[in-house]
Amino acid sequence: MGKLATIVEFDRVGLRYGTGAEVLRDLDFRLAAGGFYFLTGPSGAGKTSLLKLLYLAQRPTRGRIQLFGDELTDAPREALPPYRRRIGIVFQDFRLIRHLSAFDNVALPLRIAGKPEAEVESSVREMLAWVGLADRASARPPTLSGGEQQRVAIARAVIARPELLVADEPTGNVDAEMAKRILHLLTALNRLGTTIIVATHDISLITATPGAQMIRLDNGAMVDPTGSLKNPPAQMGRADA
Amino acid sequence: MLDWVRATPAERRLLPGGRMQGPTPWVIAIMMFVMVVIAAAGLSLANAAGVVSRGVENRYSVQVANGAARAPAAEAALRNAPGVAAVRPVPETEMRKTLERWLGPEGAKADLPLPALIDVDLKPGVSPQAIATKVEAAVPGARFVAHSATLKPMLRAIHSLTWVAFAIVLMIALATAAAVVLAARSALAANRPTIEVMHGVGATDDQVARLFQRRIAIDSLNGGAAGALAAGVVLLVIAGGRAAWVEDVAGGPLLTFLDLVALALLPLLGTLLATLVARIAVLRALREAL
Repeated sequence: MGKLATIVEFDRVGLRYGTGAEVLRDLDFRLAAGGFYFLTGPSGAGKTSLLKLLYLAQRPTRGRIQLFGDELTDAPREALPPYRRRIGIVFQDFRLIRHLSAFDNVALPLRIAGKPEAEVESSVREMLAWVGLADRASARPPTLSGGEQQRVAIARAVIARPELLVADEPTGNVDAEMAKRILHLLTALNRLGTTIIVATHDISLITATPGAQMIRLDNGAMVDPTGSLKNPPAQMGRADA
Repeated sequence: MLDWVRATPAERRLLPGGRMQGPTPWVIAIMMFVMVVIAAAGLSLANAAGVVSRGVENRYSVQVANGAARAPAAEAALRNAPGVAAVRPVPETEMRKTLERWLGPEGAKADLPLPALIDVDLKPGVSPQAIATKVEAAVPGARFVAHSATLKPMLRAIHSLTWVAFAIVLMIALATAAAVVLAARSALAANRPTIEVMHGVGATDDQVARLFQRRIAIDSLNGGAAGALAAGVVLLVIAGGRAAWVEDVAGGPLLTFLDLVALALLPLLGTLLATLVARIAVLRALREAL
């Protein structure tokens, strides 16, 4: 698989739920493969909806979306799983499977992809150790704290070394120290070639990430960035690395 | 094709719950119990009808009105006719005893005129028409009546009951399928968060469906086996506790070995049906989401 210059391309994308008003309007941008992007904007701006389009949980109601160089706007649903396996997701509400252990939750993407159990075992142990949960491998999510659940969710998202990682407020439930570790993990993944998109309100997270760029949404549309961020984004509509 | 039957421990853990948990296996057990009992009744009726039908296939009666004096001529004609296997004049006392059951003591009085009655068994393949002609020639006015014609309404009723039984079995199968659809939808709803996560990390519909169809298959097999076992016990009790409950009033086997095999296969067929229905229901439901 050759390296792509552009991993995500939105072309005049709009989204509405049912017959309601458009929650996303005329999104027009490209994200470079290997880039690190922050998605910001006030609550209700459409960040989560944009992430849903990115991790293929939602189709746009208009416009075109390309991921990994392939046009997926109207792709049949049975064609989507291979693309989803190339995307890691950290949900804002974690979405851990309550009756599975932390180990099994983290192992899920590898097992879905059909990896041998020996490889699953070693990879998951290593990942749980990295997020500081080696001794909580057999614990179920309801017995974990919010921060621990967040870390399990992150471990699950990155375990399969995705090409694109989409994270919705990944540091929202962890303390400052863990937030730093998570950011370090994301940065390390980014250095390994994973494109990172993080929706966040946490300005300190953005300012602590050299080289990252910002996509700012307001009322469903992309707007020019404001403020004095250390790493100003590319021109609206072209957030190239 | 049967890959879904084998599941790794990790796959088994994806759906919570265990064997015979929830209402589904119990509903299937009850359905299977009723299905096996009704199917056994239907097969018994069909076999009984066959036994009765075969028993009277070549049996006829010759009736000679007011003919105690003419009966010997009819009997002689029958005995001399080729193709007649057995001839048995029915004693008058026997006829009066039968009449007494219907008419009371008046039926047994000698002043009630009775026809002479001769039972005749023909050899297989012999034309009854030829025999009837010979009897008519020997004793004008004698009636040659096939027993099968007499029993026809009863046999028709038995056949109807047999079909009713099989129709009920079919309806129970359809009801079971409907129950499985509801169970599958309920399981999908209960496990919606798990499915969303699985889809999110790249699971195909087939991978998700396999989890549910396997669970339904296990529930169906457990429930079906329990229901069929209970039905078997009940049938044995009804049959008087005999292991080979094959004797009946018709003098033939009520359930043959093949019938018992067919009944034993019902839980397996039920499992296959439930699994197929569950797979279709799950795949359809999954298609509603992206």
